[in-house]
Amino acid sequence: MTKFHLRTFLSNSFTRRTLLAVVLMALSSALLCAQSASTIPAGVLVQPDALHSELLVNPHATLILQVGSRMLFDEAHIPGAEYAGPASTPAGLGVLRTRVNSLSRAASIVLYCGCCPWSHCPNIAPAWNLLHDMGFSSVRVLYIANNFGTDWVAHGYGAERSQ
Amino acid sequence: MATAPNAHSSCPPPLIRSSIRRGIAAAIVVCAFFGVGSVHASDSLINHRAPVFSLPGLDHTRINLAHYRGKVVLLNFWATWCAPCRIEMPRFAEWQNRYGLHGFQVIAISIDDDDPPVRAFVRKLHLNYPVAMGTAHLGERYGGVLGVPVTFLIDRNGIVRSRFDGESDLHAVEAEVRKLLERKEP
Repeated sequence: MTKFHLRTFLSNSFTRRTLLAVVLMALSSALLCAQSASTIPAGVLVQPDALHSELLVNPHATLILQVGSRMLFDEAHIPGAEYAGPASTPAGLGVLRTRVNSLSRAASIVLYCGCCPWSHCPNIAPAWNLLHDMGFSSVRVLYIANNFGTDWVAHGYGAERSQ
Repeated sequence: MATAPNAHSSCPPPLIRSSIRRGIAAAIVVCAFFGVGSVHASDSLINHRAPVFSLPGLDHTRINLAHYRGKVVLLNFWATWCAPCRIEMPRFAEWQNRYGLHGFQVIAISIDDDDPPVRAFVRKLHLNYPVAMGTAHLGERYGGVLGVPVTFLIDRNGIVRSRFDGESDLHAVEAEVRKLLERKEP
């Protein structure tokens, strides 16, 4: 019976390259999954109609941060929201970190993006992960299924453009 | 004998007065929320003239929509980080090759914050159509581009004929392109 010799197996350069490729693919897949919006806990999601109702009663109780595209923010954003993105880039995450760094870790914050369908959004999960890792305990994420236009503006929930 | 009217007779009772005060306060909050500078759901541009624009392209030539009159234009708003956009764009490049000689032109408007990643993406995909950086003003003029991808089809007369939001059925988009190309008259 032929014995399996690990050292011989790994000494083959083709085998080594193949293994390296597999490991790198697995690592990159894991990284992508970790940044997917689906990893955000369901308990912290807030639906658009619920946030809209909340803002009508008390529009200034929560800091609302848009972590997506500047152009989309300038065109229309939730009244009172601030731009702090895009969170899919290191520079965008830096903007977000700077904005929240001095806040109480108990501050009420809502993050939203709405650049594209929820499952494809590259910004919202990195933003949530950052604030979670920084120790913020009252962060919610606005669940936008399709995009900000369809799920917020078209419902008449109110939006304003940048001055 | 006529009596002097009671100074308080025209005022509602206290409970109603407080309700009115609360109502006014609520109205002020609502007005502030939906007020000046507010954005509303867009009216459709379909069957209306496409808003003209002139923007600097990434290759430093100007992209002027008016110069494409007589062609069927596919105007695509996109971003480098938008997964559905990255699926669509190679198909648009194919169509540019296939239908370009028949009067078809793709124009892409990026909503990325900065142009370096856009330039890198355009180089990587060898895109064969002009790309410019978008502005919020342009998005507003196109009825609100509040998510990507958004694609407009504009006929040879400069009239918007279709708008596709989000992940589109590319077979349906191509069928619409072919239909517009068959209408030869400017």
